[in-house]
Amino acid sequence: MAESDQVILTMTGISRAFPGVQALQDVDFNLRRGEIHALMGENGAGKSTLIKVLTGVEAPDTGVINLDGKEVQVKSPQHAQDLGISTVYQEINLCPNLTVAENILIGREPRRAGRIDWKRMNAEAREILLRLDVDIDVTRTLGSYSVAIQQMAAIARALEIASAKILILDEPTSSLDAYETSQLFGVMRKLKSQGTAVIFITHFIDQVYEIADRITVLRNGKLVGVYDTAALTHLELISNMLGRNLVELENVSKSRTRRAQSFSSEPLMQARELGSTGAIEPFDLDLYAGEVVGLAGLLGSGRTEIASLLFGIDKPDHGTLTYDGAVVRKYSPLASIARGVALSPEDRKAAGIVEDLSVRENIVLAMQASRGWFRFLSSAKQTEIADKYIKLLNIVTPSPEQPVKNLSGGNQQKVILARWLATNPQLLILDEPTRGIDVGAKAEIQKLVVALAEEGKACIFISSELDEVLRCSDRVVVLRDQEKITELAGDEMNETLIMQTIAGS
Amino acid sequence: MNRSFKIDRKFVPLLATVGLFTIGYILGAIKYPGMARPQTFFNLFIDNAFLLIAATGLTLVIISGGIDLSVGAVIALTSVVAADLMENVGLSSLVVMPLMLLMGAAFGALMGGIIHYFKVQPFIVTLAGMFFARGMAFFVSLDAITITDPIYRSLSLARIHLIGKAFVSVHVIVAFVVLAVFMYLAHLTRFGRTVYAMGGNEQSARLMGLNVGRTKVMVYTLGGFCSALAGLVFSNNLLSGHGLYANGLEMEAIAAVIIGGTLLTGGVGYVFGTMFGVLVNGLIQVLIIFNGELSSWWTRIVIGLLTLVFILVQSTFTSWQRRQAGIRPTRKRSDAVATTSDGAVVPDTPTS
Ligand SMILES: Nc1ncnc2c1ncn2[C@@H]1O[C@H](COP(=O)(O)OP(=O)(O)OP(=O)(O)O)[C@@H](O)[C@H]1O
Ligand SMILES: [Mg+2]
Repeated sequence: MAESDQVILTMTGISRAFPGVQALQDVDFNLRRGEIHALMGENGAGKSTLIKVLTGVEAPDTGVINLDGKEVQVKSPQHAQDLGISTVYQEINLCPNLTVAENILIGREPRRAGRIDWKRMNAEAREILLRLDVDIDVTRTLGSYSVAIQQMAAIARALEIASAKILILDEPTSSLDAYETSQLFGVMRKLKSQGTAVIFITHFIDQVYEIADRITVLRNGKLVGVYDTAALTHLELISNMLGRNLVELENVSKSRTRRAQSFSSEPLMQARELGSTGAIEPFDLDLYAGEVVGLAGLLGSGRTEIASLLFGIDKPDHGTLTYDGAVVRKYSPLASIARGVALSPEDRKAAGIVEDLSVRENIVLAMQASRGWFRFLSSAKQTEIADKYIKLLNIVTPSPEQPVKNLSGGNQQKVILARWLATNPQLLILDEPTRGIDVGAKAEIQKLVVALAEEGKACIFISSELDEVLRCSDRVVVLRDQEKITELAGDEMNETLIMQTIAGS
Repeated sequence: MNRSFKIDRKFVPLLATVGLFTIGYILGAIKYPGMARPQTFFNLFIDNAFLLIAATGLTLVIISGGIDLSVGAVIALTSVVAADLMENVGLSSLVVMPLMLLMGAAFGALMGGIIHYFKVQPFIVTLAGMFFARGMAFFVSLDAITITDPIYRSLSLARIHLIGKAFVSVHVIVAFVVLAVFMYLAHLTRFGRTVYAMGGNEQSARLMGLNVGRTKVMVYTLGGFCSALAGLVFSNNLLSGHGLYANGLEMEAIAAVIIGGTLLTGGVGYVFGTMFGVLVNGLIQVLIIFNGELSSWWTRIVIGLLTLVFILVQSTFTSWQRRQAGIRPTRKRSDAVATTSDGAVVPDTPTS
């Protein structure tokens, strides 16, 4: 077969501008039958926008889309589905109030005599999820499940469109653990062998090399190039994405001498038998100023629950927590902020950004709260703070006044992080701070965490990426099944040992 | 599937209302034997049939994440226009009734269209609709018009006997048909499920490829239809039409919907629950009448408090549910591996 026969989709000369941003400029993209095609680029490069143009969420300013040799104008997501394009968008776009089964099948529910056949719907949904090795009660509402399960449901929904010729996955793996990711990859390979074309967006470079056949790289809304994965080195890929060499970012803390347990002073925070029934078994934890403690474990192992307890979102029903020598009696985020504790939450949509407020307002929000609402922060000062963090974290936005909802996913994540950094906390809890963030910014954030510790702040670092935890932390707490298993420091801090501990072998 | 005998948590608010009504009625019947008579119970439905119809239409609107403030005004407008057409124009009620339903549906469709296509808040659009409809009612006639149409009159007086001498009116039958149709729509059709999806997250519903625009217009059309039908029942009851009728009724309907377990923010609720919301409202009135000493304003006070209580219960309920989030399936431990992939750091051997 000639190569042109294999091409199922071509997008030519696509441009799309938003006020103040040229999100896409004259971008070409093509997709072949039965290939997995990675779309790569920094946060704000225009990946999601390209997907939105293809699926009729945004109309392109210029450009032509050819599907199966015919020019098409995709009018709406519904139209895209009818054309055989099935999409998992970057933010999980499902309805938390509906059951898992409905979320997977709504719009295509099995019906009998015009009525929805709930029994069959539940059975079908269960079966689809089982193919991804997710065994859950599909009659519960989606909102009662974790982000990872919701993501799996979103993927299941996209897979369900049996007639799909093109499957689009926009950062599907950012909230999945390795096992779930491998399940997804298995399904992707199967679809590929059946001739489905898959567009895959991720910031995990290893995953791209594991599964993608070709890579298209975007930078600042422009096409950098299309490459065969086999012919492109990691290094070349990264410098294509960033437009600069990454050597300078290399190994954040390999050079950093880990501190031995030589803290003479009292711990800043001390948990004794602290626990909450059903969330986390009682645990002890000492946290000293000037150190980074990593939490390692699978999703749902109790990492986020520890963070919620220490920040006062949940109240413990067991044990005591001491902060700066005094026993904590009042558990609330507000009291924690007043004490100098900050938490950058895992689920930015539910617990983080205020979509309609501007970048500036989002950044000063927590700071304002810690100062009390009536001590006003002058707008010049606010802008100054916002500008500082926009620069520090390299947040891509036309101005600090841009509503946060208009930022790309990764840049929204950075805004949340900036909010908590701005409170100048003594203890910073970071729950998955680098989710959905590009390689360059990831390294910057890791550097920042280490620098904060060196300034004398304490930090709890939570991440599903083990090497990231290892790189930043002085100590690692390992969790399994909502229980603290052990604490590793020094030479014990290596991937193999941690992984064995997590797996319980 | 071995489903244990456990009540699904999402039914808790609904069951609370059903329980409240049942216990309230039984206690009332013990204190006031008159309430134990079947006819008293049936009167509850007869007197509130129009409210039940209006609130049923409103339930779907609220579940979709919207609101309709024009309910009371459309009831008044329907009563006046119907009376005017029958008395002053001389049309038969058999022509007037379908015409009124059409008018209500068109009015609702117009509001829905403006809400969807011009992206205006439902609150604003239906507020404008409320003023417009109320104003139009007085434009048609400043005074009350008495209806003399014979068919209309016989409809009003018709009794359908159920147990012994106890009876219900035609209105009750109409209300139950509406209720049944809406329950079917809400739970067993794609349209109904799209309404729930929209109420949960409209943007998501659109990205899921659901037809949000058509559904929204449809929801308000049905709402307008129900308001007009409620207006017909209302005017048939009183055999007259007046622009002052059903003043502030939309608030009573909203309260009934909330007490019936529907979330004011949309996405969660039951059409069936609304019936009990309406019945609780009616029960309080009955209790006050039997008591004989309390002012009828107590109805409003109690309904106000109940609405507040229900909203509070629901909000604690939802936040509690949210805290239950984070459930993951169990999986064989041997499969478990932690993610190690990253990429922030360039590997020493680039192509490893
Ligand atoms: N609705 C919108 N209004 C204004 N600007 C927007 C809008 N949507 C996207 N943008 C801007 O367009 C640019 C490209 O965004 P896009 O979401 O495509 O990035 P991305 O490559 O997907 O990034 P990420 O990796 O962070 O998800 C960003 O600068 C973003 O701020
Ligand atoms: Mg994106």
